[in-house]
Amino acid sequence: MRLDEFPTKFAKLSGPMPVWHGTVDAAQLRSLCEQVERGGGKLLALWGSDELARDAGYAVHISLVTALGMLCLTLPVSAEHPAYPDISDLFPAANRMQRTLADLLGLYASGVDDHRKWLRHGSWPGSVHPLRKNFDGSTVFPTETDAYHFVTVSGDGVHEIPVGPVHAGTIEPGHFRFSVIGERVLRLEERLGYLHKGIEKRFESMTLAQGAKLAGRVSGDSTVAYAWAYAQAVESVTGTTPPPRAAALRAVLLELERIHNHLGDLGYLGNDVALAFGFAQFWILKEDVLRLNNELFGHRYLMDRIVPGGVACDLDSKGRERILQVFGHLEQEIHTLKDIYDEHAGVQDRFLTTGRVTPDLAAQLGLTGLPGRASSQAWDLRAQFPCEPYDKLDVRMATHRNGDVAARVTVRFEEVQESIRLIRQIMDQMPAGELCASIGNAPENTLGIGWVEGWRGEIMVALHTGKDNAIHRLHPHDPSWQNWPLLEHAIIGNIVPDFPLINKSFNLSYAGVDL
Amino acid sequence: MYQIIKQILRTGIKTETPPDPDDTLRVEVQRIQKNILRHVGRALAIRCVDAGSCNGCELEIHALNNAYYNIEGLGIHFVASPRHADMLLVTGPVSRHMETALKRTYDAIPQPRLVVALGDCGCDGGIFSPTDSAGNPCPSYASCGKISNVIPVDVAIPGCPPTPIAILQGILTAVSGEAKAP
Ligand code: SF4
Repeated sequence: MRLDEFPTKFAKLSGPMPVWHGTVDAAQLRSLCEQVERGGGKLLALWGSDELARDAGYAVHISLVTALGMLCLTLPVSAEHPAYPDISDLFPAANRMQRTLADLLGLYASGVDDHRKWLRHGSWPGSVHPLRKNFDGSTVFPTETDAYHFVTVSGDGVHEIPVGPVHAGTIEPGHFRFSVIGERVLRLEERLGYLHKGIEKRFESMTLAQGAKLAGRVSGDSTVAYAWAYAQAVESVTGTTPPPRAAALRAVLLELERIHNHLGDLGYLGNDVALAFGFAQFWILKEDVLRLNNELFGHRYLMDRIVPGGVACDLDSKGRERILQVFGHLEQEIHTLKDIYDEHAGVQDRFLTTGRVTPDLAAQLGLTGLPGRASSQAWDLRAQFPCEPYDKLDVRMATHRNGDVAARVTVRFEEVQESIRLIRQIMDQMPAGELCASIGNAPENTLGIGWVEGWRGEIMVALHTGKDNAIHRLHPHDPSWQNWPLLEHAIIGNIVPDFPLINKSFNLSYAGVDL
Repeated sequence: MYQIIKQILRTGIKTETPPDPDDTLRVEVQRIQKNILRHVGRALAIRCVDAGSCNGCELEIHALNNAYYNIEGLGIHFVASPRHADMLLVTGPVSRHMETALKRTYDAIPQPRLVVALGDCGCDGGIFSPTDSAGNPCPSYASCGKISNVIPVDVAIPGCPPTPIAILQGILTAVSGEAKAP
């Protein structure tokens, strides 16, 4: 099958995003992946499902992104030979997703070299696959030792520094294994999965209505993006269109989330180069936004404000005035602080050329989202596939070529300013009307996809329905899946003390990938 | 440098300049801060462990460091080593994969030590815990559930995530020895 045929041959899913879905065989799957890769497209997510109860073995699902939109492929896999073609040679980011699929569902990519586990540590045996339907999620196994083979670097003067899972600061747990010579990093290998708490299994015991709250807690700092993506998926399978006012409010919430996260990061990035002043200033601004969120929408991080069908909050003219008032101050402060960051020799010395990911490497390995845009990977759903209300806004995408910490800082500054502009414009054009449409019943065995540009990058929620509005399978996908492996590259040749700075400049989610 | 100093002067001291809508909040911050000072004198060292949170609770711990709450200004520090800590602040349901790390961190803290469990997840496992046939939260293949299932807890602070004020209050309750978690 030729790639340009998919819009005519595959079914377009209902909803605002350009997503096509089709069932393919192994040869077609490989061929379509090759064509997407050659055409400059990328891999978004890879997951699997247990279809034994429907007499259909298992299934592997892959979503790819091309200039036309998302292409979601389903490959049926037999229960006797649970294998599918490896695609990590085309998309290196597939490596950890494929290993996760082996851990959780026992489906294996044929022909791969890397057979190591990924999300599984020592809490359940390798012969058990928690996402199989015949596995009872409340089974508790005794803890085994976690035998995991790290790649070792040998040579004169090379030594290893193991860090984590518990880190020095208040951050999420993960293990980093540095191989260094003196201060210089030769290699970094990550080991994640510490936060695995069985979110995907948990979803399968929920109905479409119950799942909304859990979706908003996959990665707390992106709760709005996940809640919106989940709502899109539910609306797609039930054929619901949220009212225009709800769509506008959702975008206001999403941009507020982007603003407060970027402000926090800009503060921490100052702190990490010993400019405590930057931390103090930006975190005052962040707190101002959090308090504004709470005052207007009833939650500092806007959890549970987006619900399937619409939103659970509103904005009146007084609220609009408050936002304009806070933004007036915010804009002025950001302007001043940007000048200070730009002109501070010490800060620039640490930011420039540190943790560099060249555009070539970024393209080759699939760097995405905010760090992607700082390395010339010009993808932003709000600009490329704008759903309501972004279709009326002409979003300006922030991109840079340098791919260093400085570029990731600049992208954040530009995106905060753009988000402020967008919110003002949305509020000027705010449609009147309902806040929430009622949700009908979802047909069984239907796929719905939600796809939202969160502050980190693209968040996807893939929802497969079961009987009576139950969730048969749900896969939430965080852009951190793609970007964690690039962090391993960004640190090479840098010094160990710059790792916290580089790590912060990516600010990836652990919870979002450990699930 | 001139610009930085100008900006610092322009910003003023946030901890003492109440913006209108937050008067009640600010009074509360100062009252709690005084109480904490009375109990701990000039130093309380806290070691945080994320044992399985969604990272929402971490956001509010970070917020405690901002100029509005100014927790470091009180002599309450977040420390890098459990060896330096008086208190362990734990978030999340405890994932099975963090169980050992959490127990080891707890063991490494010198006695007497306090443990504060943060958030709905820390209190009872929250939304991540499956329920048994009687409707009570139960452990799963991947999660041990609430924090007191793994280590003894002195105070549990509900909320999703708990606000910075609630966290300060919880810390105060723990240091003043007024409450034990059920
Ligand atoms: S209590 Fe809420 S914010 Fe905290 S870890 Fe649990 S879900 Fe996340």
